[in-house]
Amino acid sequence: MDRHVHDRRRFLALTGALTASPLLSACGAGFGGGGEQGGGPAADDVTGPFDWKREKGTTVRALLNKHPYTDALIADLKSFTDRTGIEVRYDVFPEDSYFDKLTVDLSSGRASYDVFMLGAYMVWQYGPPGWLEDLGPWMRNSSATAAEWDHADFFPNLLQAGRWSLRAGAPLGRGGQYALPWGWETNVVAYNTEVFDRLGLRPAETFEELRELAGVIEEKAPRAGFDGMYGIAVRGSRSWATIHPGFMTMYARNGLRDFTVDGGRLVPAMNSPAAVAFTEDWARMVRRGGPPSWTSYTWYQCSSDLGAKKAGMLFDADTAAYFQAVKGASPASGRIAFHPGPKGPDGSLATNMWIWSLGMNARSRRKGAGWLFLQWATGKEHLRRAALDGDHIDPVRTSVGRDGAYRDKMRHLPGFLETFEAVAGQTKVQFTPQAQFFDATTSWAAALQEIYGGKDARSVLDGLADDLAPKVG
Amino acid sequence: MEVRRAARPYLLVVPALLLTCGILYPFGLGLYYTLFDFSAAKPQPDMVRLHNYGTLLTEDAFWNSAWVTVLYAVGAAAVETVLGVAVALLLHRSSPLGRVLEKVLILPLMIAPVIAAIMWKLMLQPSVGVVDHLLAPLGLGGVQWTDTPAGALLSSVAVDVWVYTPFVAVLALAGLRSLPASPFEAAAVDGAGRWYTFRRLTLPMLWPYVMVGVIFRFMDSLKVFDIIYALTEGGPGDSTMVLQIRAYLEAIRFQRYSFGISYTIVLWAVVYLAATVLVRRLGRVQRKAAEAT
Repeated sequence: MDRHVHDRRRFLALTGALTASPLLSACGAGFGGGGEQGGGPAADDVTGPFDWKREKGTTVRALLNKHPYTDALIADLKSFTDRTGIEVRYDVFPEDSYFDKLTVDLSSGRASYDVFMLGAYMVWQYGPPGWLEDLGPWMRNSSATAAEWDHADFFPNLLQAGRWSLRAGAPLGRGGQYALPWGWETNVVAYNTEVFDRLGLRPAETFEELRELAGVIEEKAPRAGFDGMYGIAVRGSRSWATIHPGFMTMYARNGLRDFTVDGGRLVPAMNSPAAVAFTEDWARMVRRGGPPSWTSYTWYQCSSDLGAKKAGMLFDADTAAYFQAVKGASPASGRIAFHPGPKGPDGSLATNMWIWSLGMNARSRRKGAGWLFLQWATGKEHLRRAALDGDHIDPVRTSVGRDGAYRDKMRHLPGFLETFEAVAGQTKVQFTPQAQFFDATTSWAAALQEIYGGKDARSVLDGLADDLAPKVG
Repeated sequence: MEVRRAARPYLLVVPALLLTCGILYPFGLGLYYTLFDFSAAKPQPDMVRLHNYGTLLTEDAFWNSAWVTVLYAVGAAAVETVLGVAVALLLHRSSPLGRVLEKVLILPLMIAPVIAAIMWKLMLQPSVGVVDHLLAPLGLGGVQWTDTPAGALLSSVAVDVWVYTPFVAVLALAGLRSLPASPFEAAAVDGAGRWYTFRRLTLPMLWPYVMVGVIFRFMDSLKVFDIIYALTEGGPGDSTMVLQIRAYLEAIRFQRYSFGISYTIVLWAVVYLAATVLVRRLGRVQRKAAEAT
């Protein structure tokens, strides 16, 4: 009996030690997936003439966000496999959880996915820890890249948006190429022509006119037969995504900056007197003519309200209006027109952009095949097909933008092509590149909500700047 | 045969041991990580000892989150307890309608809280939501339920109450049905009124069941994430920014892993302390209830 007791104790002691050992070993096991910088040596391994079939038999894993652009890509995947002999296995996640999934996957250090969708802002977060492959060496290697891929065909701002030196505050367009443009969005005003005609309104050319217009629609549209219509749909949820479309576009058109660089340090500038005045005006516009329950508004609600004739105008991505404007898509389809939106005081049409880009995992073990996939997905042939047969509008390539068939397809949307051409050259990332982008813009959205709720703009924005300064500096 | 019998105690302990390891290992690792400045920006971090906790405890954001979390948990647990007991008392008198209501009552519990929050988010939309349509004839339409700090917190608590009151009600109903009949018969013979009987007999004997409900709901509400995140994302401003959401934003969205985990460790400590106090209290209540019967 004693022997048993003794044995059990020894057993428990041993198993306890075994339990503790992984914990102790973790002390020396390092910290997940960071550390190693991705780089280009793998690109240098590709030599000889370019060959689409070089990686035949390989399987590439892709992580994709649920989006009409993705639908167009998936519908065309067979042509990639036929050309290269490479299979593509993909997972598609809704946008709410997509970036969490990607962040967790990349930070874990596993190479579950070889290629994935990302935005330019994500390069600022994923680039510094070394999670993204620098695609520059691949682009420059003629053995790895087909001559017809033609990087000069991309709108220059788009290619520059994925290129960065990984230093906070350093401008885009220099350093490694961490993402390739695949689909993009400009932020413009879309409006319901029916309500504008009935009330005798014209699109606003200044911010003051836009604020006034939003209030007039809110006041007069319901009496003119547009039951429950409000003035202008803009995003308002407590998220970085609230800042970057209409708000940042109008902010930039007013010549305002998010940060300034002083002696190599970033200094928050969203509390400058001009920025405070602009933010107050924006909040006033939303209070007077914005959506009810604005603080929960995402692009989806804004877009739906325009389509459901609940909103007279939308200041957001042109795609958010496009998907409501196409024939049969919504009650407002056929009655949605596009306009570049108000100019800044100096006539500026500076516009903030969102780019759906494609990137490669620096830890991928199938980089050659991944690069062939990226070339194909951002190539002229697929993007033209996606624009014509799918809803992959806002072409990242000038050749697709000039294509007669594409222009014929888009011509039925009043003002779409003219608006696109007016703002395309002035559309770029208006934020200052820095790794704390998501914290800064999420906090900025929270501050905007507080100002909308009636708090003093000056003190809220001063508080925001004080909070951000040590984090980004 | 002898070997099998001797091995049985060891085999029996294996599942519990695995479970313990499954809990302790990530917990220990998380605790260890909080001693470093581990983030995406610093994947090879330095040991900073308790610096993360020091920073956290001096931040206004932390104290705001702690305050919101406590307000939410106390508010939700209190309302759910009162309503749950009231519903249980109503259903205790067996009737055909009561039996149907019992079944209907548990429907909210069968819905994932995050789905319930999204559903309520749609229903609370001013001018298009069903709540607005119902209240408009009473002159109460157009309320921006989640647009003001107080409204957002109250709406979040209300959704929690909608989802979890049935849990407390079911618990209280089970308790009511297990109470002995004789004290109530004696009280009736003595001519005791309903309120007197409830206050002096029902409630003291039911108290252990109520306490179990309070403990579960209070602990769960301290850890709330899904309902608030789906309804308000922690806004407007920071008005519904509970500790769990702050921890998620820090660790996942902003990739300050050590700092984010520090939030969860502090939350764990708070929940642990609250649980210890409440469970002790439950023991005393159970003893008192046993004496009363």
